[in-house]
Amino acid sequence: MIELHGYGPLLADGAWLTLRVAFASVALGLVFGLLGATAKLSRSVFLRGAATAYTAIVRGLPELLLLLIIFYGGSLLVQSVWQELGGESYIEINPFVAGTFTLAFVFGAYATEVFRGAILAVPKGQVEAAYAVGMTRLQMFRRVMLPQVWRFALPGLGNLWLVLLKDTSLISVINLNELMYAARAGAGKTHEPFTFFATAALIYLAFTIVSMVVLQYSERRAQRGVRMG
Amino acid sequence: MEFDFQLMVDSIPALLKGMGMTAQLVALALALGLCLAVPLALARTSKNPILWMPVYGFIFVFRGTPILVQIFLVYYGLGQSETVRESFLWPFFKEAYWCAIFTFTLNTSAYTAEILRGAIKAVPHGELEAARALGLSRLLVLRRITVPRAFRLALPAYGNEIILMLKASALASTITLLDLTGVARVIVARTFAPYELFVIAALMYLALTLIIVRTLKYTEWRLSPHLRPPPQVN
Repeated sequence: MIELHGYGPLLADGAWLTLRVAFASVALGLVFGLLGATAKLSRSVFLRGAATAYTAIVRGLPELLLLLIIFYGGSLLVQSVWQELGGESYIEINPFVAGTFTLAFVFGAYATEVFRGAILAVPKGQVEAAYAVGMTRLQMFRRVMLPQVWRFALPGLGNLWLVLLKDTSLISVINLNELMYAARAGAGKTHEPFTFFATAALIYLAFTIVSMVVLQYSERRAQRGVRMG
Repeated sequence: MEFDFQLMVDSIPALLKGMGMTAQLVALALALGLCLAVPLALARTSKNPILWMPVYGFIFVFRGTPILVQIFLVYYGLGQSETVRESFLWPFFKEAYWCAIFTFTLNTSAYTAEILRGAIKAVPHGELEAARALGLSRLLVLRRITVPRAFRLALPAYGNEIILMLKASALASTITLLDLTGVARVIVARTFAPYELFVIAALMYLALTLIIVRTLKYTEWRLSPHLRPPPQVN
């Protein structure tokens, strides 16, 4: 068994925070992705341009740099607004908020492409048929679009989730006490870095394995009723 | 809030030096990683479990854990072991630079091996049969058909891997290396001007990404003359 010198609970708390950051980011990131895909498929030149700039810039920058920009830049912005209002103390934005926002921003940029492809993959005739049998826009979206977009998008979103799960470790750089930060703390206190980082690696690996099992199940579920050639 | 343009201009030389370090890390890791990925991919596609199972485990571990954990495990973790500290490898693992190269190489080789595996499986069966029918030895089939064909098929996916490697290289800054992100972080810590520094660093990364994307597009175009429409003759 691995000897953690009483730092096991610290790692467990960190792992729990890692999961919370990941779930919060994926929820917000899906919203960004849907908005991005809608903008990319819209008729407005301005919206299309904005969405293209969003995906091109975010996908070309290191996640770590983006995190630092949002954390330090955001803190400075909040602080300058605060000083304008007459405040004096030093303000730093919450690392959980900055981290979640960054990961969601990155997830959203990649998810934009995934959703765009999935929406385009729904045959146009089915949409026309839905309207022809008298469905309202909402009914059409709920019964025809959504189940199919979900099915087409799921493999892509699953990969993005696995990437996001691993990227949560970056937030330790701005001192959020998630799993990686806890491992660093344990490593520093006990002078046994290998033990702690290897344990963290195993926990991340376990998260990945569980995610893969759930994703495989969901993909199979989303495909029920589809005839395979 | 105002922008300090003077600071921006003054930090460009230092940032360019960091960009050089980033380019060096990425180029070296990619080159070494590719050399490692070819035998790994071949072992991964083998039917012999003694060959494919350990490679599968290697790929799974490197793709399933954050690269930040990997780099810390190498840089901070390996020194914990007495055996490593007393071995001839210690001068090598003592240096942050070589730790970064080592980690990035293994990481990219795992991803690249998986990409190549897909490409090897996608090489048309008929071409392999034709080669064998001509009496080519197994090694010759590998060298003349499988590997070159797989490389061409893997190119688009490998292009993505190059960009991911460029982005992952920013993690070198967490183990004290002065790559592009590292230089920007050091100057920000001194001047507390995050906007100015990070914005230029971001632009430099985007420039590198653009160069990579363009080069890849051109390479793909060069390698597919048989797919281009014939030149118009009036």
